[in-house]
Amino acid sequence: MRLYRLFIEALESLNANKLRSMLTMLGIVIGVAAVIAMLSIGRGAQASITSRIESMGTNLIYVSPGSTSQGGVQSAAGSAGTLTLDDAEALESVANVEAVASTTNSFVQAVYQSQNTNTRVMGVTPGYQTVGSLTLEDGEFITEDQQNARSLVVVLGSSVAENLFGSTAGAVGQKVRLNGQPYKVIGVLESKGGTGFMNQDDQVFIPLSTALYRLVGGSRFRGSSVISQITIKASDADVVDQVLNDVTLVMRERHETVEGADDFTVTSQEATLDAATEVADTLTIFLGGIAGISLMVGGIGIMNIMLTTVTERTHEIGLRKAVGAKRRDIMLQFLVESMVLSLLGGIIGTALGWGIASLMGQVQFSGSTITPVVGLDSVLLATLFSVAVGLFFGIYPATRAARLQPVEALRYE
Amino acid sequence: MIEVRDLTKIYRLGSVEVPALQGVSFRIERGEVVAIMGASGSGKSTLMNVLGCLDLPTRGEYLLDGRSIAGMSEDELATIRNQKIGFVFQQFNLLPRMTVRRNAELPLMYNGGKPEQEIHQRSEAILKAVGLGDRMNHRPTELSGGQQQRVAIARALINDPVLLLADEPTGNLDSHTGSEIIHLLLGLNKEQGLTLLIVTHDPGIASQAQRVIRLRDGLIEGG
Repeated sequence: MRLYRLFIEALESLNANKLRSMLTMLGIVIGVAAVIAMLSIGRGAQASITSRIESMGTNLIYVSPGSTSQGGVQSAAGSAGTLTLDDAEALESVANVEAVASTTNSFVQAVYQSQNTNTRVMGVTPGYQTVGSLTLEDGEFITEDQQNARSLVVVLGSSVAENLFGSTAGAVGQKVRLNGQPYKVIGVLESKGGTGFMNQDDQVFIPLSTALYRLVGGSRFRGSSVISQITIKASDADVVDQVLNDVTLVMRERHETVEGADDFTVTSQEATLDAATEVADTLTIFLGGIAGISLMVGGIGIMNIMLTTVTERTHEIGLRKAVGAKRRDIMLQFLVESMVLSLLGGIIGTALGWGIASLMGQVQFSGSTITPVVGLDSVLLATLFSVAVGLFFGIYPATRAARLQPVEALRYE
Repeated sequence: MIEVRDLTKIYRLGSVEVPALQGVSFRIERGEVVAIMGASGSGKSTLMNVLGCLDLPTRGEYLLDGRSIAGMSEDELATIRNQKIGFVFQQFNLLPRMTVRRNAELPLMYNGGKPEQEIHQRSEAILKAVGLGDRMNHRPTELSGGQQQRVAIARALINDPVLLLADEPTGNLDSHTGSEIIHLLLGLNKEQGLTLLIVTHDPGIASQAQRVIRLRDGLIEGG
């Protein structure tokens, strides 16, 4: 029989039992909608994590202190006070390095008149503006002179400026107190749009020298100041691996360590990104899997109703066989019917899932929204999957119909 | 045209064997009108099923149009039913979801991929011939019993069969409509030389046939 006739017949027979067809379809609709919504939310979360990490800058390599081992006692990672300003200076000569910035960080109370906020203070070298991809909304960033002079100047993150001054405008030129010391505001940063944990807008920057000698006070190692992190920006994404290797070698030489016993760690932003992406992927698969179960339940609903339909239409099957329908024809007829059922359910479910995903995009999770990403591939996947469900769960009822003997089927009332 | 020799059909109900046909032999020539009569349980229906290739005999031979049916596969039997045999049932057996036209076209659906236009012309011609030219887009439920049986006859004729099997074709109709249907069938026999095999209880219908085969307890009476 011609395929399009089969489709018409399938639609006719589904139309003859509207309520039943719709209820059966509902199972698939819910399943597909859940799959689409879950996948797109997972994807959205992934995109938001990626963009947040990328907002810290690109092509970055971080050198952090590792742990030391003294007399067999291993100390915690990051506790080794052996990362110094001299290391940072030495790393500037590595090939393909665009900028090196040294930082220390600690938490302080910032006060302006009657307003106060607790925030992270980063002691940075002027190169940090490049490595951190910082853009100023007002004023200017820390200069080399201020770094050398240990000046009491501060650049505010946008949230800090808003907390203290009510807005980002008008802060430049004012004085804020950090742990009681008066600092002149020389710049306010543009918002990076980050929220929650590791908020890029909720921090202030002062010259590294000021942080080491005037605000926090630092320890010294081999005649040089100890810092908490060195951030290196490679000149290009392709050379990140090479820079990472060279940095590691230079650091080993300077610290006289061997692989496996380093007192520092070198990681690239890419590695962080990969790890975060992996977590998001796992989450997406997990969510999609749970949604897939509901699609499966919908499929069982189709099988159930198709079995009922076959029994109800035994007489019709007998007649069709009497006028020359072969097993294959009957089989196809019922398969097409269950596939039309699941495909229609799949299409409606895709639209519904899309709707749910965009609704979820409006809801705030811990102060931030996730923009759901509905990909063409997830739509295709859900549609194909729903057809496959119709096919899989339609095979048994269709086979049962095809196997009926014409004489007995005709006698059935 | 049709030749059966020692046709035997035995049904098994659990361990009990129930013989429905116990060795029936006869010949029917092309263009003949034959009535099959007999009380219920005499084996009429079984004989119709075997002759209509809906069922295979337990023993014996059945030659249709020179071909032996024994040993044919299910699909081969389906093809024979589709192209050589037309069925008219007592309960009409129309599909209520479909229009009259689609009901009549049903056997064509299982006869290879004929062009849509050809299918259309064929069903239109046949439905006009049985007097339903103005009812083609109605549903069977909107028709009278006589009209429904005409649709069934159109369906039986659409593939140009060599044999038309009618199982109590007037059983669900009043006598007036019934005689119209018989008239229509006999007309087809006269005009097109269609071989007719009618199962009936009605002696009036049997008397219009050229020959009557009477069955009793799975055997031909006097045969």
